Amino acid sequence: MSRHELDARRMLCPMPVIKTQNKVKGLSVGDILDVVCTDPGALSDIPAWARIHGHEVIETAEKEGEIIITVAVKS
Amino acid sequence: MAQQHKAIALISGGLDSMLAVRVLQEQGIEVEGINFYTGFCVEGHTHAIRNQDKEKEKRNNALWVAEQLGIKLHIVDVIQDYKEVLLNPKHGYGANMNPCLDCKIFMVNKAVEWVKENHEDGFDFIITGEVIGQRPMSQRKKTMPIVAAESGADDILLRPLCAKNLPATKPELEGWVDRKKLFDFSGRGRKPQMALAAKYGFTDYASPAGGCCFLTDKNYSDKLVDLWKGRGSRDYEMDDIMLLKVGRHLRPKGDYKLIIARDAGESQYLEGYRKQYMSIQAVSHNGPLALIDGDITPEDHEHAASIVARYGQGRDADEVEMTFTVPGQPVQNLHITPLSMEQVLEDWHV
Repeated sequence: MSRHELDARRMLCPMPVIKTQNKVKGLSVGDILDVVCTDPGALSDIPAWARIHGHEVIETAEKEGEIIITVAVKS
Repeated sequence: MAQQHKAIALISGGLDSMLAVRVLQEQGIEVEGINFYTGFCVEGHTHAIRNQDKEKEKRNNALWVAEQLGIKLHIVDVIQDYKEVLLNPKHGYGANMNPCLDCKIFMVNKAVEWVKENHEDGFDFIITGEVIGQRPMSQRKKTMPIVAAESGADDILLRPLCAKNLPATKPELEGWVDRKKLFDFSGRGRKPQMALAAKYGFTDYASPAGGCCFLTDKNYSDKLVDLWKGRGSRDYEMDDIMLLKVGRHLRPKGDYKLIIARDAGESQYLEGYRKQYMSIQAVSHNGPLALIDGDITPEDHEHAASIVARYGQGRDADEVEMTFTVPGQPVQNLHITPLSMEQVLEDWHV
């Protein structure tokens, strides 16, 4: 299991989702991905993407205008 | 036991593709969705930016539809490849800069390529939510075979909602899909789709097809053509097409254009571009951030600042202090008189 970070700052949805999807393809089950973004739309879109692909959003946090969405790779 | 057949569905986020998938799911076909992001998709962008839209529900309709249908959705970035479609559409444009027929051919072709690249997943055919007569350019009886042929999909392209109006495709001929249970929808009316939606229990769905692309919008298309004219070349980058969706655009001279934020949300968004673009902002009063796209001569700095000041709280002041920033250079402070409403000429507005 390893932890990774994805910089999706300044990208507007669906780009943060696309970047997350492509990054997760290269990860293994049990890995954790922190997606750092600035588009509030990602708060809805990344969890939706995770649900339909069998992954889990284990935490979301907002700090100084940035949003961090933590995805656990499950499948 | 009969072999499980799989289809990949082009999902726009609208009702038609949602119904097309459900029709096949009812026949036991396993479906996954694919959605292509051209950069011109209406989804998401502007309501992520403007203040007035901050409270609106933010959802990507393609993802939402996929979740309702219980299918996977693959979103594919085709921004670069889409340039050729927009710049040189073989079949021309629609009412605005929308190359709808070429776009549909391109997307079905991309789905064909995706099926080949993911052949280990065993997809047998492609489906779309197209309905004959639904769209004036890309969804006509005459153009349906063109899409199938020029995309390379040929007989593995099935349109469940209007299949009975078209020659049988391979999934029907092979018996993977029961043609009798497909539909014969045609025309611009939405009643058959709405009745089918009610049958399936779909009560919440996005607006009818066609409203998902900025290129069908006249104002957006005008801005795109103006961009090309101003630069003397028909080309664009991702940032260009994003910025066409933001702010009021004024071109006081052929060589440069002002992109003036309409609210604090847009100012915040444009802030992210200040390292790439020259910018103007009031410091003595509250006012919008403006970016400058193009070449502006030093003699025009004050004039540009006086236009931007018109849109700030100092619009009626005798003097407003503005900053003019060129990336990588010291900030220039300007003391200007804002233009009056009459001095901001109508034909500057793009």
